[in-house]
Formats: sequence, C-alpha cells, structure tokens
Amino acid sequence: MNLEVVDKSLETFVLNLGPQHPATHGVLRVKLTMDGEYIVHAEPVLGYIHRMQEKMAENRTWAQYMPNTARMDYLGALSYNHGYAAAVERAMGIEVPERAEYIRCITVELNRIASHLLWFGAFVLDLGGFTPLLYAFDDREHILDLLESVTGARLTFCYFRFGGLYNDIDDDFITGTRAFIKRLRSRMPMYHDLVTNNIILIKRLKDIGPISQDMARRYGATGPVLRGSGVNFDVRKHEPYSVYPEFDFDVPVYSEGDSMARYMVRMDEIEQSMRIVEQGLDKLPDGPIMVAKAPKIIKPPKGDYYCAVEAARGSFGIRLISDGTNTPYRLKLRSPTFSNLSLFSEACHGMILADALAFMGTLDLVIPEIDR
Amino acid sequence: MLIDEIKQALADLAVIEKIEITRELPAPVPTEGEADDAKAATVTETETVEQPALHTTEYTSKGFHLSVTISPDDVVSAAKQLLKQEFFLEAVTGVDWLKENQMEVVYDYNHWNENCRVVVRTFLNRETPELPTISEVYSGANWHERETHDFFGIKFLGHPDLSPFLLPEDADYHPLLKDFKA
Repeated sequence: MNLEVVDKSLETFVLNLGPQHPATHGVLRVKLTMDGEYIVHAEPVLGYIHRMQEKMAENRTWAQYMPNTARMDYLGALSYNHGYAAAVERAMGIEVPERAEYIRCITVELNRIASHLLWFGAFVLDLGGFTPLLYAFDDREHILDLLESVTGARLTFCYFRFGGLYNDIDDDFITGTRAFIKRLRSRMPMYHDLVTNNIILIKRLKDIGPISQDMARRYGATGPVLRGSGVNFDVRKHEPYSVYPEFDFDVPVYSEGDSMARYMVRMDEIEQSMRIVEQGLDKLPDGPIMVAKAPKIIKPPKGDYYCAVEAARGSFGIRLISDGTNTPYRLKLRSPTFSNLSLFSEACHGMILADALAFMGTLDLVIPEIDR
Repeated sequence: MLIDEIKQALADLAVIEKIEITRELPAPVPTEGEADDAKAATVTETETVEQPALHTTEYTSKGFHLSVTISPDDVVSAAKQLLKQEFFLEAVTGVDWLKENQMEVVYDYNHWNENCRVVVRTFLNRETPELPTISEVYSGANWHERETHDFFGIKFLGHPDLSPFLLPEDADYHPLLKDFKA
C-alpha cells in the first residue's frame, strides 16, 4: 500500500454502524464515511425487518388487520390501534360511545408514558448510564401490568374495535392507575435529580445535533423531534380527535432544537400524559363501550380517507382506499420515525461519532415502525 | 385564509376533468291514458361539465381539506407552491389502478399552524410510470419516493438513488402492484 495521500484531511474511511449495534435500538445499519472521529457522510440502510405490512393489509379483511397495527411501533402500539380504528370509523361514519373514547385516551396515554419511560432508560444507557434504565423499567412494568389486565397483552395490544373496545375497564384498573400516577409523580423529581440535572448529560446533549425549523419542515419531522425545534404541533391539539378536546393539557415546546430540547420535551410529555389520564379517570362517563348497532360486516364506502393520530413518536397517519369490499384496496401507513430518521444524514454532517449516537437516541427510533 | 390562498396557487396547475352531472327534469304533464305509469317516467338529463380537478372536501368524513389532481409534469411546481406557503410533506405514496391501467401518485401535505391538509394527486400510464422527483424541494421526499419506487416501480426522474430501499438489495419486483404474484 504505497498510495500517496495528497491531503491528509481528505483521507476518509467507511465505518459500518450496525445492523447489530446497541445504540441503533434494533436492526438499523448506518453506513458512515468518517474523517477520523468526524462524520463526513451518513447513509442509513433500512429494510432489515421489513414485512410488507401494506401488502398484508390487502390480503386481510378490515378487522383481521387490527393485530398487525400493534406490530409496528411495539412500544406505543395503542396509538396505532387508535389510528387504524379511527380511520375505518371515519370512512364508515361510526360514532364511538363516549366511554369508549375516554378509555381509549386513558390507555393510549398510559402507553405513551410507558414508551417515553423506555426511551428514557435506553437513551441514558446509550450515553453510558446504566442505573436509570432499571428505575425506568421498574415504573414501566406497572403500566404493562395495568394494560395487561384490561387488554390481555403487554406489548402487542389488539384492544380497540371498530366502534368501541374489546373490554371494559374495572375498579381494579382505576385504583391501580391512580396509585401508579401518584407513584410516578413522586419519582419524577428523582429522575430529574439523577439524570436531567446531571452535568455529564447536559454536556452530552446541550447544543448537540441542532434541527432547524426549516430542516424539520423539509423532512416532515413530527412529534417530540419537531416540538424540540420550537414548533407547537401536536395532532391531539391541531386536528382534535377522540375526546382530547375535553382534556386540559399543554404541549411542551422547547425552541433550542438541540438534543437537550428533545429530551426535555419527552420528559415533560410524561407529566402531561399523567394529567390526561387523571382527568380521564375523573370524567369517565358511564355507558356502553361498544356502539349499539356495530356493523357486523365492515365494508367502508368507496373512496379514500386519511386519519392521523399523535403517536409517541409523532404523527402517525393512515391513508386508506376502499373499493367497497371487505378488504382494503390500499392502506398506506405513514410512520413518524421514517420521516424523523430521514433528516439524520443531513443533521449529523460534521458531528463527532459519539455525539451522533446521542443525537440518534433523541430521535427515538423504533425500527419495525420505520421498516413496516 | 390559508386554504383559499393555496387553492388559488394550485388552481392553474389542476387538470381539467370531465364529470357527468345527472339532473332530474320536471316531469311532463301526463296526458290521459298514460297517467298510470307517469310516476315511472321521470326524465333525466346528463350533461358533461369540464372543470378544474380541485375539490374542497369535507374534513370530518374524508380527513383532508383539499384534493387537487395535477399533471405529472407539474408536481415540482406544486411542491414549490406548497413550500412557499410553509406546508410540510407527510408522505408520498402510490396506488395501482389495474382496471383503469393507471398508477396514481399521492402527495399528502399538512401545515403546522393551520388545520389544512392538502392532497395532491397525479395519474400515470401504468406501462411507463415516470414523473419528476420533488426531492430537490422537499428533502424528505427522497425516502418516500424511493419507497414508492420499491413498491410500485414508479420512476422518479432525477432522483439521486432509486436502488431498493426497504426490499432486499437484489429485488427486481414491486409487491404492491395488483398483478404481483409472489
């Protein structure tokens, strides 16, 4: 090897991050072109767990597809249940009973807290802190137990039905949830003392990985990634669906656009979700959990429909096209992290590898949801 | 209002579509003798009207506010207009209309500040599905278009890299085509 390097700074090498790497949270590969410790170019390589969910939809009846929705974002599966149920309900004009919508919101928000807690633990683990993971998993376990008691599943929920729910909640769930909220409220200051105010964390996140509003718009970023760039956009407020207008909650927005801002958005969202759950339990009306005359055969009228919900990672959208038969003609799943990750390449240009991993952590990737 | 502004901006791009309007004409006064079957004989008139394919839709039943059909050559100028109005791109996708021998490409746009969803569609010949890329305008379209190429074989001219994205790297099939056989 006697190639002469004309300019040392032009010497680059290719580094493969993944497909198996703890910081990628699943099988994601990033082809990095490095100049020493600095990233010159990053190219995410997707598709390692691609299952062609959209084709599967065309081979199932509308109701049979419901379990699939939990197998994309397996950390926030109830939002996906909700999005799919709401899309079909919109197409068919089904009015969901109020009690069912309240329970939907309560369980979705609990799921959001569980998702953010897992993100929090795994993210700090990426940065080299092991302890918070154990605390976060401990708290998350309570939510999984609560949700298991009503849905029958701990992760891949199939709880919602077109026009209502599979199962009503009971007093045990209500008291359990109230006790959990109380517990998590008392634990949040501990999390902030242990992690948020930790000087190491601050040095790793502050001013790292800035995402400008212009970049967020060009790439279609949504969710906490967008709200960390100072944009107040939350589907729950922007296009109110379900009974979210009944709840008094804030949308946390931080304008710095750096990794710290995205971290703070998620931590604050845990608090806001707790508020929604509490209000939901207070206001929970009596009544049926299934629409009285639920259609036995689901056949949405011909046409195309769009429905979006705020999942834990951003705006999850479903574009469904029905030809009036009992199977979807086309079902497009718009997953939030797909768009959020697409800006990684541009944003991490010139970053140190270690910072890029921290930055990638703040995007909160769930690979099955990107690959679908 | 944002929706009016964007309607105006996209009005020139919308293709002219022909729709048939069926109207009921006032029934002729029945003459004696045929009075019995006068009820059955309602007279209708069909008229073909040409108008720009730009429709304001009912949000609560459809989930979007405006639907525009444009020519494939205009997708870039439409994207520029929408970016000027600060819209962001939610997704790009395709639909295979096998019976009509057409492919549809759908662009879903949304806005941060106002609840205004705009759907831009364009129709392609199924044999040669080609249209220009909008990834120069919306960087995020790069991945969405690559995915659409994977699933439908729609070629986005000028796209930097249309190699298989979610499918295996040697994939030469397009699974979302209606005549795809595994």
